[in-house]
Amino acid sequence: MTGIQAEWPLYEIFVRGKRGLNHVHVGSLHAADDEMALRHARDVYTRRNEGISIWAVRADAVAASSPDEKDPLFAPAGDKVYRHPTFYAIPDDVPHL
Amino acid sequence: MTTTAPTSTYDDETALQVAFDAVIERHERIEPRDWMPEKYRSTLVRQIAQHAHSEIIGMQPEGNWITRAPSLRRKAILLAKVQDEAGHGLYLYSACETLGVSREELTQKLIDGRQKYSSIFNYPTLSYADVGTIGWLVDGAAICNQVPLCRTSYGPYGRAMIRVCKEESFHQRQGYELLATMMRGTDEQRAMVQESVDRFWWPALMMFGPPDADSPNTEQSMAWGIKRDTNDELRQKFVDMSVPQAKTLGVTFPDPDLVWNEERGHHDFGQPDWDEFMAVIKGSGPCNAQRIAHRKRAHDDGAWVREAAMAFAGFEARSARTSTTVVARSARTSTTVGER
Repeated sequence: MTGIQAEWPLYEIFVRGKRGLNHVHVGSLHAADDEMALRHARDVYTRRNEGISIWAVRADAVAASSPDEKDPLFAPAGDKVYRHPTFYAIPDDVPHL
Repeated sequence: MTTTAPTSTYDDETALQVAFDAVIERHERIEPRDWMPEKYRSTLVRQIAQHAHSEIIGMQPEGNWITRAPSLRRKAILLAKVQDEAGHGLYLYSACETLGVSREELTQKLIDGRQKYSSIFNYPTLSYADVGTIGWLVDGAAICNQVPLCRTSYGPYGRAMIRVCKEESFHQRQGYELLATMMRGTDEQRAMVQESVDRFWWPALMMFGPPDADSPNTEQSMAWGIKRDTNDELRQKFVDMSVPQAKTLGVTFPDPDLVWNEERGHHDFGQPDWDEFMAVIKGSGPCNAQRIAHRKRAHDDGAWVREAAMAFAGFEARSARTSTTVVARSARTSTTVGER
């Protein structure tokens, strides 16, 4: 058979544990297509009621920042202390603030 | 050409090593896209692959008993357990793949004998009591090994181990319960349990690997936070855990040197036959050839399914583009066959 990839593509799997929670990354698996990815995810990652909803995303469709680039992507967060509530001094006797 | 300063590549490499060491020092986790020393990566690939292969090969000795388990309840339990082992293998394969190796490569290396799996699975399961003994002692030993690995320095490996450990507890308890049930049965059943425990005790102790003095990789693995305890420490912990469990069950271990040492606060015990251990690792165990042949057959027999699924996925994608999805939909329901 020509034109067949040797290996099924990789999918990243996200599971919503219960209503009110975000989908959380739980791992990855190989599948030929989206539907198979969901079926496999159900068998591999939710054998004990671990979730009520699954997202399967082709791994090659995920754009990721790279932690080892020493890049300034996350650096500005460090020097903007005024973004945090503890930056502001409030008298101790002011309630509910 | 000058000799004034080291090249920038050298400087970069040193800075990366320093950053890596600092993460390990802080007991934080290394993640897939981080720089890591090549030896750290290759050590992890070897260990995680060995671990994944053990889960996959480990389905065979117990799978043998699914059709022969004595009741529907016992069949359902065993089926669920063997399915868990497949799941554990898959968690670990995907952790290993984050280090830049492919699934196909891992499977091929297992089949070619270039990567190992735990020596315990090269012993046969001769009686139904072995299903219980494997759950109690083999999975018990695995838990001793795996709990500290939840804190291993490589993120994806630690996360896979957390999932595995949550599920192993069921495995160990069902095994112990199975044996306890047999011990309440006939003399013949009790003898069957004791015979099974006698056969598995030494191989279970071997699961922790060679003594520390003969385990050259341990020191480096601990420095990198891949391993958290030495082989001998874990073996001691397992023996101390198992002795009272055996007493409650009403079985003995086949070790005349096994005795409580008040001074150490631990049990003293004899050494397994390390020559046998080395022979089994090198391929001369009772079932090495059979296990690999079975895995290879399953892989070869599944080739057409993997190819057909890819062909169908391609057909589906083309159909979607030419809006003939109706055909694809109707064909779809009957062709989703799993890899396993």
